[in-house]
Amino acid sequence: MEKSLKWKFILIVVILVITCFYLAPSVFTMPSWWTSTFPSEKVSLGLDLQGGMHLLLEVETEKALSNTIDRMIGELKDVLLKERIPFDRIERVQNDTLLIEILNPEEYKDKFTKLLGEQFSILEKQSVDEKEKVVTYTLGLTLKEKQYLQTFAVDKGLETIRNRVDEFGVAEPTIQKQSGDRILIQLPGIKDPKRAIDIISRTALLEFKIVNDENDLSKALKGEMPFDSEILYSKLEDKKTGEMTKTPYLLKKNTLLTGEHLTTASVRFDQFNRPYVTLAFDSIGGKIFERITGENIKKRLAIILDNNVYSAPVIKDRIGGGGAIIEGNFTSETARDLAIVLRAGSLPAPVRILEQRTVGPSLGQDSIREGITSTLVGGISVVAFMVIYYQLSGVVANAALLLNILIILAALAAFRATLSLPGIAGIVLTIGMAVDANVLIFERIREEIRAGKTPRAAIDAGYSRAMSAIIDSNLTTIISALFLFQFGTGAIKGFAVTLTIGLTASLFTAIVCTRVVYDYVLSKRRVKKLSI
Amino acid sequence: MELIKPNINIDFIGKIKWALTFSLSLFALSVLSLLLKGGPRYGLDFVGGTVVQVKFANQVDIGEVRAAVDNLTIEGISVQEFGEKDANEYLISMKKTTEELEGISDKIRAVLEQKFGEKSLEIRRVEMVGPKVGKDLRQKGMLAVIFSLIGMLIYIWYRFEFRFGLGAIFCLIHDVVITLGVFSILNKPVDLIIVAALLTIVGYDINDTIIVCDRIRENMKKMTQKNLREVINTSINQTLSRTIITSGTVVIVLIALFFLGGEVLHDFSFSLLIGVFFGTFSSIYVATPLVIYWEKFFPKKKRR
Repeated sequence: MEKSLKWKFILIVVILVITCFYLAPSVFTMPSWWTSTFPSEKVSLGLDLQGGMHLLLEVETEKALSNTIDRMIGELKDVLLKERIPFDRIERVQNDTLLIEILNPEEYKDKFTKLLGEQFSILEKQSVDEKEKVVTYTLGLTLKEKQYLQTFAVDKGLETIRNRVDEFGVAEPTIQKQSGDRILIQLPGIKDPKRAIDIISRTALLEFKIVNDENDLSKALKGEMPFDSEILYSKLEDKKTGEMTKTPYLLKKNTLLTGEHLTTASVRFDQFNRPYVTLAFDSIGGKIFERITGENIKKRLAIILDNNVYSAPVIKDRIGGGGAIIEGNFTSETARDLAIVLRAGSLPAPVRILEQRTVGPSLGQDSIREGITSTLVGGISVVAFMVIYYQLSGVVANAALLLNILIILAALAAFRATLSLPGIAGIVLTIGMAVDANVLIFERIREEIRAGKTPRAAIDAGYSRAMSAIIDSNLTTIISALFLFQFGTGAIKGFAVTLTIGLTASLFTAIVCTRVVYDYVLSKRRVKKLSI
Repeated sequence: MELIKPNINIDFIGKIKWALTFSLSLFALSVLSLLLKGGPRYGLDFVGGTVVQVKFANQVDIGEVRAAVDNLTIEGISVQEFGEKDANEYLISMKKTTEELEGISDKIRAVLEQKFGEKSLEIRRVEMVGPKVGKDLRQKGMLAVIFSLIGMLIYIWYRFEFRFGLGAIFCLIHDVVITLGVFSILNKPVDLIIVAALLTIVGYDINDTIIVCDRIRENMKKMTQKNLREVINTSINQTLSRTIITSGTVVIVLIALFFLGGEVLHDFSFSLLIGVFFGTFSSIYVATPLVIYWEKFFPKKKRR
C-alpha cells in the first residue's frame, strides 16, 4: 500500500470507530461500565416527533419595576411621617418613576434631599419643580437598579419555573433563558398541557392582608374608597355550570406578610375529605405571623393569591409556631398544584405566553412513522438506482452514503442536538447532495474512459476535475446553512444543523472514502475495465 | 447503463428565445399573483394566531364541525379538512391568540364533545403564536435568507467571474419567485418550514448553476478558438447526463416524501419539487443567457 493511502485508510477507520462509539448508546442499552465512563447521550427526538409542549414566555419586567416603585412609595411615606417632613401628593407616574410633593420647601428641602441620598440610593432625581409653597420631585429608578431588577426578574423567574417543573415531574425538560426577557420551556411527552401551563405561568404571589370592617363595603364599591384600602374579589367557579361568583372584600392595602417567608406547603384533608393546603413559615415569617395575629384579634385576615381572595377567617387568638392553612374550593389536583407553586415560590414578575405549540403523542408517532418510511423508501430507491446505473461503483457510492448518514446521527448525539422533522428534511437534502457528488465524479470518469484513458488515469482525472465543482457547490450550501443556523429559529435551525453536518460529512465521504476504495483495488490488481 | 448518449449535442442556445419566453411569462404570472394578493399568504408562524388540530374517531361532516365551533362566537374562526380524505382530521384556526383566548383547546373540545359525544375526538396539536413572535420569526427568517444569499454571492464572485455570480443570483430569484408564485396561485400558506424549503431550493440551485458554470470556465480555457455560444452549448451538453441523473435522484426522494411523508412534509416536498424542476431549467436557460448577453454588452477584448 502506498503511504498516503495507508493514512487515509487509518483516518476512515478512526472516524468509523468514533461514529459507532457515539451511536451505540442510541441503538443498544449500554452496560453500566460504559455509561459511567463514556458518552451515553442518545439521539434525542424533537417535540414534533415525540410529542410534548413548547412554550415561549416573556417576563413582564416592567411589572417588577412598578412593584419596586410601589414599595418605595410605601417606605417613603413611613420615613417622611417618622421624620416629620410634610408632604402632599405621592404617586407612581410611570413604571419606573414616582412623583412627590414636599411642603414648606425652605425648611424641609435640604432634609429631604439628605434623606434620599442616605436611605433611597436606588432612586435618582429626574426633575425638580420648585414653587413658593411646594416643591415637586420626580424620582426614578437608577439605570443600574433597573438593569438589576430586570435581570433578577428573569433569572429568579427561570429558577422558580425550573423548581415548579421539577416538582411537577417531567422527564428531561428544557428550560432556557432567551434574548429579550424570554424564557423557553420544552416539556417532552406531557399529557395535560393546560395544567402544566397553569403551574408554570401562575405568578403565585401569596399575601396576607387585614379586612377593613371599620368602613362600609357598599360605600367603597360606589367609589367612596378609604385612602388606605382597596377592593379585591374572591372568585369561585361552580364546577357543574362553570359560572363564576365574585364576592368583594374591602381590605387594608398594606401587605403584612408574603409567601417569601414560606418554608413548605403541603396538601391535607379535613374530616369531610376536602383538601386544603397547609403552610409553614420560617422563623422570621413565624414571628411576623404571630405579631399580626396578636395585634388583630377579632379581625379578619385575608389570604390572597394573585389578587384573588381565597379565604378571610376571623383571628380568634394569637397564632404561634409559624403555620397557616388555605381553604378553598379545591379538588385534590388543584390543591396539589397550589402546593407545588407555593413551595417553588412566586415569580418576581408575571409572565406572558408568547408562543405555545403542543403536539399530542399520537401525532408524534404518526410523524415519526411517516418521516422514517418516506426517507427509507426514497433512500432505497436512490440506492437501487445507483447500483443499476453505476454497478460496482454504485455500491461504493452507497457505502459512502450510509457512512454519511451514520456520521450525521452520531454528530447529533455527540452535540446533543435534537432530530426534528425539518432535520429529517435536511438529511434528505444531504442524501441528494452526496449522491450528486458521486454522480459528478462517475460521469467525469466515464467521460475520461470514453476519451481513451486507462482506468487508473481516468479515475485520477475524474476525481481531480470533479473536485472543484463538488467543493464549490458544497461550500456555498454550507455557507448558507451557517447563516441559517445563526439567524434562524426552531424549524430553520434544526434543518441547518443536519444540513451543515451532512454536507461536511459528504465532502469527506465523496472525496476521501470512495477514492480510497478505488486506489486500494487498483493497487492490488490490474484492472482492465472499470465497473462504472 | 447510460440514459444520455455520450456525444449528445442538443442546440440549447438556439432555442433560447423560446425558453426565455416560457420562463419570463411564468415569472410574470407569479409576480402578478403575488401583487394581486398582496404578497404571499403567510402561515401561522409569521402572522400569529392559533390552530387546533382535531381527529375524530368516526366519520364527521365538516359542516357539523363548523356549526359546533361557531357556537364559541370567536371572530375569524375557520375549519378546514386536514390530511387524507378519510382521516377525519380537521384544522380549526383563529386569528387571535390564547393570550386573549385562555384555554381555547379545552373550549373547542367541550363544544365538540357536546355535539359528537365524549371520547369521540382527540386534540392532536395546538399551536399558538403571538403577534410579536410572528413578527420576530418573519424578520429573522428574512435576515437568514438575505445574509445567506449575500454569503453565496460573495463566494461565487470570488471563485468565478462576476457575471457568473450575477447569473446565479438571477437564477435564484427566478426559482424562488416562481415557487412562491405557485404557492400564491394555489393559495397555500408560507410558514417556517416552507422558508426552509425555499432555502433548500436556493442551495440546490446554486449547486446546479455552479456545475454548469464550472464546466464553462474549464472549457473557456480549452476551446479558445470557439465563440462563447459554442463553448456554453458544449458545456451544457457535457454536463447534461449529470444534471438529469442528479435531478432524477432528488426527485425520486422528493416524490417519496410527498406521498409518504405525511401532512407536515407534504407542502415542504411540494415546494421542493417545483423548485428542483425550475432550478434545473434555470441553470441551463437563465444563468447562461445572462452570461451571453453580458458578453454582448460588455465584451472582453481578448475574445471575438
